[in-house]
Amino acid sequence: MKVFALIDCNNFYASCERVFDPRLKGRAIVILSNNDGCIIARSNEAKALGIPMGVPFFEQKAILKKYSVAVFSSNYQLYGDMSQRVMDSIRLYVPDMEVYSIDEAFLRLDYLQPRNLYEYCKTIRAKILQWTGIPVSIGIGPTKVLAKVANHVAKKQTADGIFDIRSRQKQDEILKTLDTEKIWGIARKGSERLSRMGINKAAELRDASSAIIRRHLSVVGERILRELNGQSCIDLEAIQPKKSIMSSKSFGNLLTKKESIKEALANYAVRACEKLRKQNSRAQAVHVFIQTNGFQKTDRQYNNALTHTLTTPSSDTRIIIKAANFCLDRIYKQGYRYKKTGIMLLGLIPTSLEQKQLFVDFNPRPSDHLMGVVDRINKDHGPDTLFFGAQGVTKEWKMRCGSRSPRYTTQWDELLRVR
Amino acid sequence: MTTVFSIASKNKCSLPLALCHVEAGFPSPADDYMEGSLDLNDHIIKHPAATYFVKASGDSMTGAGIFNGDLLVVDRSLKPVHGKVVIAEVDGQLTVKRLFKVEDRFSLQSENASYPPIEIQEGNEVVVWGVVTHVIHNLL
Repeated sequence: MKVFALIDCNNFYASCERVFDPRLKGRAIVILSNNDGCIIARSNEAKALGIPMGVPFFEQKAILKKYSVAVFSSNYQLYGDMSQRVMDSIRLYVPDMEVYSIDEAFLRLDYLQPRNLYEYCKTIRAKILQWTGIPVSIGIGPTKVLAKVANHVAKKQTADGIFDIRSRQKQDEILKTLDTEKIWGIARKGSERLSRMGINKAAELRDASSAIIRRHLSVVGERILRELNGQSCIDLEAIQPKKSIMSSKSFGNLLTKKESIKEALANYAVRACEKLRKQNSRAQAVHVFIQTNGFQKTDRQYNNALTHTLTTPSSDTRIIIKAANFCLDRIYKQGYRYKKTGIMLLGLIPTSLEQKQLFVDFNPRPSDHLMGVVDRINKDHGPDTLFFGAQGVTKEWKMRCGSRSPRYTTQWDELLRVR
Repeated sequence: MTTVFSIASKNKCSLPLALCHVEAGFPSPADDYMEGSLDLNDHIIKHPAATYFVKASGDSMTGAGIFNGDLLVVDRSLKPVHGKVVIAEVDGQLTVKRLFKVEDRFSLQSENASYPPIEIQEGNEVVVWGVVTHVIHNLL
């Protein structure tokens, strides 16, 4: 029988902040999205205060102040580095793992056959805590869906953060009271559909007819039903290169001038191209969008987007910036106050799989070499040591991140200080 | 950029090393036999996922060779035992001190006569953040 585990970091972003500032222990913490727009993460204490998730920061300012909640801008450099440390620590114990998100990993434990699975997970949990300072919960089950359910229980109802749902008896007990919305892969829409069919709890879905579920929720729903029955259908997945790359952020201030938006867009294009080259791919099309601020009810609203197909797949930043400008020139309209722009690179293909075109023949291309040099210089000497003219120097559009904590683990001049 | 501190092997800084000791005067003929290269990260960092760099402030540990502005290499995977220099939590602050344990009582001691030791109340535990393994002190 297969045995899966899901390791999930508890309140990951808040926990990262606590590692480097012990005064935050036991204090309510919220983390804001890019540009300090919305609340995107909360510590347990903040949840207990009733501060909701995903709401605009300005709406909550009063209550945050009243309870002296610690407010942080998101510090993705820190969270990314700590995530890698957590994953590296797990990998020392369990080589068969799938990094599922920044703070979750699925493991296969049956290959290891440890004598006492529970004790083994306890050791892993203690090690992660010691090495990184991040508390985690571990759910163990015969399938990924059940391991996810077990993790939910581990987080909410256990003292040591570990729950094993492999026995049928435990499955009955837990699934009986679990809402279908909480099941991995079902989400709000699926659960509303199930509810109309009279299925509200996970156990009812498990015991439903698979044919009917397939008819209403497609094969995905049927697979979940099987997984709830302990029949493993979804295995660990190796990391696949991304099919599209997105780079977008809100502006620090609303922008009206095309030149400023162009500058921001060029910067996102540069980031996107760096990612593209890092995974050794080229893009076949460039998609650009602009948006006004939907929260600003008094402003006139305008949102638009355009996709431009490239003659030849490319990872050359200069060509991508040109294509992005081409799109922006066509969708930009004067007289609006813009909040956000972004670029998406589509139709990514590996550099190795390139078809030669009849009239375009450079493979390998001279630009590959040039971009390689740019990437290397920026890697060795810091981001944007070498930058494109279109990126500009004043950066009027730059993000707000007023209350970001120091990037303790990725910047020499922001290290933790000890007396 | 995570490149500097994700101390994995992808970020190696290698220096070729000649196998003889450095002595003023004639180079040894053995210098012709170069042996690969050495990575300072390999030497200093045994557990990359658990190793953090922190900066020392103040003069409380000058006796241990830790001066203001020095870079400390801290390994969280090591067990804090009596006599080790550690990063510990005191009143919500992280501080670098030497850990002492005498008959089940812990104290954190400075290495500078002008700072008194911090006694840990009986029954209380010291929260140790990590064990300091190396000090990097700039001589320039």
